Amino acid sequence: MTDTGKAAQEADVSGGGPLVVLENVNKYFGELHVLKDIDLTIHRGEVVVVIGPSGGGKSTLCRTINRLEPIDDGTIRIDGHLLPEDGKELAQLRADVGMVFQSFNLFAHKTILQNVTLGPTKVKKTPAAEAEKYAMELLERVGIASQAEKYPAQLSGGQQQRAAIARALAMRPKVMLFDEPTSALDPEMIKEVLDVMTNLAAEGMTMVVVTHEMGFARASANKVVFMADGQIVEENTPEEFFTNAQSDRAKDFLSKILTH
Amino acid sequence: MNLHALLDFGPLQQNFGTVLKAFWGTIRLALLSGIGSLILGTVLAAMRVSPTPVLRGAGALYIYVFRNTPLTLVLLFCSLGLSDTLHLQISHDPSTNGFWLATIGMTIYTASFVCESLRAGINTVPLGQAEAARSIGLTFTQSLRLVVLPQAFRTVIAPLGSVFIAMIKNTTVALAAGYFEASAEMKQMFDTYGGTIPIFLGFAIGFMVLTLPTGFFFGWLSKRLAVAR
Repeated sequence: MTDTGKAAQEADVSGGGPLVVLENVNKYFGELHVLKDIDLTIHRGEVVVVIGPSGGGKSTLCRTINRLEPIDDGTIRIDGHLLPEDGKELAQLRADVGMVFQSFNLFAHKTILQNVTLGPTKVKKTPAAEAEKYAMELLERVGIASQAEKYPAQLSGGQQQRAAIARALAMRPKVMLFDEPTSALDPEMIKEVLDVMTNLAAEGMTMVVVTHEMGFARASANKVVFMADGQIVEENTPEEFFTNAQSDRAKDFLSKILTH
Repeated sequence: MNLHALLDFGPLQQNFGTVLKAFWGTIRLALLSGIGSLILGTVLAAMRVSPTPVLRGAGALYIYVFRNTPLTLVLLFCSLGLSDTLHLQISHDPSTNGFWLATIGMTIYTASFVCESLRAGINTVPLGQAEAARSIGLTFTQSLRLVVLPQAFRTVIAPLGSVFIAMIKNTTVALAAGYFEASAEMKQMFDTYGGTIPIFLGFAIGFMVLTLPTGFFFGWLSKRLAVAR
């Protein structure tokens, strides 16, 4: 991204109000306290990268935002609305929150095009022709329009993940969640997925990205959230975080991943 | 040894029309029960995986009851309980009435096996598929109908074939519900001509003509519709 682009985006961010607000969120897996008093505000147009050691609660945090994981305590608001418990309202809210999974999770029995049009036609009742047109635009954007009629198993991992991003975008979400989107990919495929994500960020999409890709965090994030042992240990701009981390835990983590 | 008893296909030839008609009765019963149990079994499977405890409990209770009751008892209940005691008459024609009672009994019984096969299939669909479905805003019912069940069905086509083959053979107890199908015709011929091997063989082959293609068809379908992962 160019410097001016980034500056413009930052100006945008300060103008956008809070979109996702987590307050005092706690979650347990049985005895295990996996999220401890999480407070986090994500503004409109902001790209928040969540990093930290494995088992620190990053993925769980990401999954609570569209309630794939229910929380035990606290509140999560999206665009001012409290996250509903279940039923139709929850389904509607999820339609506004795009999610990209580590293991792609494309619908195995449907073609790439059908994967992308399923949500719009069934949830938003978009006419099929219109949904297909937009789906093809999105597949074009992520660079796999020529694969539209294939089934997920016929595509490479990188292509599948790009299709999954298109599927999420087809719902015209307010915010996109990425749960370790490149962790299951071969190194050469990581770049093609990160390129798509970088473009999305530059276009002003609000994004929460759980990742180990420090390059992406440095280049595209507005904010880095460092999580360990179920807590947000540090929240900072990428420049500050990578050059001048405050907490010992973050310094320790960075020293392990940045020097070899 | 009486060779004559082994080779005399005369009674079968003389009654060929009646035998065919009796088998047609079997086919009608099997087809309708097959469709009925597929629908009811799918509904039951959906209940058993639903997030609502009451539905899950009701589904489980149904399976415990009907999977563990002998089919003859279910059919007898249909004819004695529903028809004779509760006077549930579907048709005034006893033969048509017997047909519907047998169909109801067979459907109720077979649905429990369809449900359990299907539930095994649902368990083979990776959790991520349902999560992805929910994440694009599909409701529970939609994600089951559009994403999970279509994949579950594809994985259990072969075992479902076995369920349906068993069901075709199970039609031979439909007489308990007062319905006349192939095995009833066989018993009648035994009464008339004595229990001869040719009659027995004829009916055994008749059933194989129905069940073998069923097995091949489901095997073929299973290969054709397999989901690549």
